[in-house]
Amino acid sequence: MAGSGTSDVKLLGAWASPYVVRARIALNLKEVQYEFLEEQFGTKSELLLKSNPIYKKIPVLIHDEKPVCESMIIVQYIDDVWINSGPALMPADAYDRALQRFWTVYVDDKFVPSLFGIMRSPTEEAKAEAKEQALASLQLLEEAFGKISKGKPFFGGDTIGYLDIALGSFLGWMKAFEEMNGFKLLDDTKTPLLCAWADNFCNNEVVGAVIPETAKLVELAKVMQARYKSAPPAN
Amino acid sequence: MVEGEIKLLGTWPSPFAIRVKMVLEQKGLSYEYLEDDLLNKSELLLKHNPIYKKVPVLIHGDRAICESLVILQYIDENWSKTGLPVLPVDPYERAIARFWATYVDDKLVTSFIGILKATTEEAKAQKIADTHTALELLEGAFKKCSAGKDFFGGDSIGYIDVTLGSCLAWIKAAERISGAKLLDETKVPLLMEWVNRFLATDCAKRTLPDVERVEKYGRNLQVTTWNVVPAK
Repeated sequence: MAGSGTSDVKLLGAWASPYVVRARIALNLKEVQYEFLEEQFGTKSELLLKSNPIYKKIPVLIHDEKPVCESMIIVQYIDDVWINSGPALMPADAYDRALQRFWTVYVDDKFVPSLFGIMRSPTEEAKAEAKEQALASLQLLEEAFGKISKGKPFFGGDTIGYLDIALGSFLGWMKAFEEMNGFKLLDDTKTPLLCAWADNFCNNEVVGAVIPETAKLVELAKVMQARYKSAPPAN
Repeated sequence: MVEGEIKLLGTWPSPFAIRVKMVLEQKGLSYEYLEDDLLNKSELLLKHNPIYKKVPVLIHGDRAICESLVILQYIDENWSKTGLPVLPVDPYERAIARFWATYVDDKLVTSFIGILKATTEEAKAQKIADTHTALELLEGAFKKCSAGKDFFGGDSIGYIDVTLGSCLAWIKAAERISGAKLLDETKVPLLMEWVNRFLATDCAKRTLPDVERVEKYGRNLQVTTWNVVPAK
């Protein structure tokens, strides 16, 4: 076997990226030793360009020098490889797995764009619309949680799983936007199940170690917003 | 494995529905196919896919599964002991298969449909270039994944084969409508060989619609839905 325990597995990422957080939570739950290689904001390393020539994006997992790209593909890969370590990230039943995958697609296609729309919107009107869409998505996810969790603390049941990781990795940014805008995205009266879920998720020690601090994200968001405002309009 | 009747809600031109048919065929599973009408969506579709209201939807007993790639994995996992596996067994190969399937949907499909939707020559040229780029990358992917064998899946049709294969009628129709050569044996020789091999399989013959029919359908969409003035 090539190399020592830690050098077998490398993760290219950045502290603020929720997609990278997904990979880190999965690696930590599976107790995998890995080397975290931090990309600098605004530049792309040679290793990143070589390992992910198609999308040139983080995260990239490099396992025994073989790259795996796309955050949820990485999470599934980790679950498939380190099958005997830590909790299973996917349920055993094929239909339960389909539900985890369906809602993960929903998070990426519908929820995340509206969430980041809050930060990127050039006008108050557009921002309000993004917020409404984000809230509507969370309402659907609240209902999904009710069905999928079957009364347990996580979408994955007793332990954190695939969909928990997919959505939960965005909690840091959600809290940052709540603070910056003075509104609630997760609300005890409208999404009580997700509020309880969010607490359980963030209080988990594996997760707590990698979710970025709200204050730091707020700072970064302000820098990014300034860039969006000063950028020339797209053609 | 859970038993129960299988129904597939689809529309005849949808590559997303076609790829589900392909996998059901590969697995030798019998199912009832229900043709939906996107202009007049059925109760069944609205009930089982309230979120996206799109085809395909697989109804298996009392379960409804939406999103084509989610459906493909469901079929593969629920009927893991029936027929041949759709996804590779090796975790790294699985990750690669998932990567390229997502790539087909995110980059290739948007490109060739974009050719048909383009309202200016510039936009059309850009989409044609994007399609060529995507196909060239898939040529590279074929070389690695097939490892000298007939299909992306090796000896048998697999995940990437059906994901890409289900698009072939539209890609050929797009060539006819736009006048641009997309599948070019000088640029993507291995992929062209795969295309011909794939189209010759029973799986493809039983599931892909006629290119002429798709061409007519595509030209109609250009006029009625996409506001594209057809070239003389």
